[in-house]
Amino acid sequence: MATLTIDAVGLRKTYGTRTAVRDLTLQVKRGEAFGFLGPNGAGKSTSIKMLLGLVKPTSGRALLLGRPVGDREVRARVGFLPEHFRFYDWLSASELILFHGRLCGLAEDALRRKVPQLLERVGLGTQHAKPIRSFSKGMMQRVGLAQAIVNDPEILFLDEPTSGLDPAGRKLVRDLIREQRERGATVFLNSHLLGEVEQSCDRVAFIQQGNVIGTHEMGAWQADQTVVEIKVARVATSTLERLEQFAQEIRLEGQTLRLRVDGEDRLPEVVRCLVESGVEVYSVVPHRVSLEELFLKTMGPDPGL
Amino acid sequence: MSENAIRVQVPTDSLEEQVAKDKAAMGSPSAVLRGPGILRTTVLLARVTFREAARRKILWIAATAGALFLVLFWTGLHAMLKSTAHLPVITRRESISMMLMMALYAASMLTSMMAALTSCDTLSGEIASGTIHAIATKPVRRWCLVLGKWTGFAGMLTLYVLLLEGGCMALACFEGRYLLPHIAVVASLLWLQAALLLGVTMACSTTFSALTSGAITLGLYGLAFVGGWIEQFGALRHIKTCVDLGIISSLVMPSDALWRRAAFKIQPPLLGAAGASPFASTLVPSNAMVVYAVLYAVLALVLAAILFERRDL
Repeated sequence: MATLTIDAVGLRKTYGTRTAVRDLTLQVKRGEAFGFLGPNGAGKSTSIKMLLGLVKPTSGRALLLGRPVGDREVRARVGFLPEHFRFYDWLSASELILFHGRLCGLAEDALRRKVPQLLERVGLGTQHAKPIRSFSKGMMQRVGLAQAIVNDPEILFLDEPTSGLDPAGRKLVRDLIREQRERGATVFLNSHLLGEVEQSCDRVAFIQQGNVIGTHEMGAWQADQTVVEIKVARVATSTLERLEQFAQEIRLEGQTLRLRVDGEDRLPEVVRCLVESGVEVYSVVPHRVSLEELFLKTMGPDPGL
Repeated sequence: MSENAIRVQVPTDSLEEQVAKDKAAMGSPSAVLRGPGILRTTVLLARVTFREAARRKILWIAATAGALFLVLFWTGLHAMLKSTAHLPVITRRESISMMLMMALYAASMLTSMMAALTSCDTLSGEIASGTIHAIATKPVRRWCLVLGKWTGFAGMLTLYVLLLEGGCMALACFEGRYLLPHIAVVASLLWLQAALLLGVTMACSTTFSALTSGAITLGLYGLAFVGGWIEQFGALRHIKTCVDLGIISSLVMPSDALWRRAAFKIQPPLLGAAGASPFASTLVPSNAMVVYAVLYAVLALVLAAILFERRDL
């Protein structure tokens, strides 16, 4: 059995002279929650569409669950929430999920039992009979989520799942991602809300101008470098010089000492050095590099897209 | 480990066990792995398309227009029969037949417009809005989606033909005691005309916008209409070029040829001798042209399926 759920090598898509995706090369492991990040126009949607078989790549190859993308047997094991989920608005939420379940080839009896549970799970239990035309954007996203998981997919693609959702809805998405992963599913998440990605994903890939420019293990870059803010009193210049063997970018502003260390495990040495030098330490607060900071640093100046 | 990192949670069951359990709960493994069959997909899409089409305002406007049209026809027929009560039976039958033919001609035009206007945005609109994305990523064959949609619209058009053309024939029978000759053939030809235009519109809709698709189909319909007239005129005056032009236009779009074939089946003898008119056929399209139209309709649908299968969504 393939250990990779997604294995894409050199996927490229051009429309005439315009290149939407230059080189999509990425591997996603089974059971992983993978964040896919990039600025507007970077080629994220086209990449997802290629992985789902909606768009045919100009060149390159990609396997999903060890089989070519777009294969019908693969699609039976995939769930997808499109970015702006829309559907025939005269259908009720129940009818919509039933329709999608039937399109997945699910047995009628089991499906009829499952639909109320799914709608309950996405918080629409009491709204099941209402036509979706009366639904808010957030409610549509919830129905979209329910249809995406109706077949208990092995890979779940979520394209901007939290757009239009309130904080409770965003929590629902996080919880659903967790539940799907507990089931053993792989989650491929494309979101602009980096905080959401940070909380849900194991690994992220950055895409810019149609190229994957880097993948990061969540938390790995944070462990590499940590900025620390230490409240202190009675710091001598010689102490700062001694600190240079453990830390960089050391700055003393009033009673606040800021410095950067190579990982959190160096902090005790810094504190020991300060205390042994007679410095009074009141608090030590490490500041981790957020995903947003990493994103902005990786992407460079804002092109204003 | 930093607090932001998410621990990879190992599922209690292996994925294989879980998938096996899910399949056992949700149906036969083959169904889950392969998705619904061809028939089930087609029926699912046909049903949802029929319901979607039935909700369109244009359908209800067209149905209302059709109903008003029938009332008008009934009133006219009634008045005509009343004022010609003193004439011989054969003359009255001729009058009813001519009036019915005019009504059927108008009805076939309305049905053709309905075929093009209701279906022109079904694929293009759903591609543009993204509705199709959630459907096409399911384990279904893309061509089945096209076939299902075609079937849904064809069902709706069948009802429309029954309402309008069937209504005209029923009124003629009820009011004038006149049973149209070759009723099944005529109804089939008129239905085929609508189905043909539906296939062409859907093929266009896989590539062009809704407006462009509707315009192309109605443009071809217009071309066939004018070509039909030129052909009739050419036949009457023995101008070969005009006849050829008409035949070429029928090959480009055989919709008018189907009407003329239907008209030939129902025309009263005197009308045929009267000369060229849209209600009569001096030059009757052959059976070969009907076969060509059937093939054209099938090929339009096949083309729609191939184009949709190949295009990026």
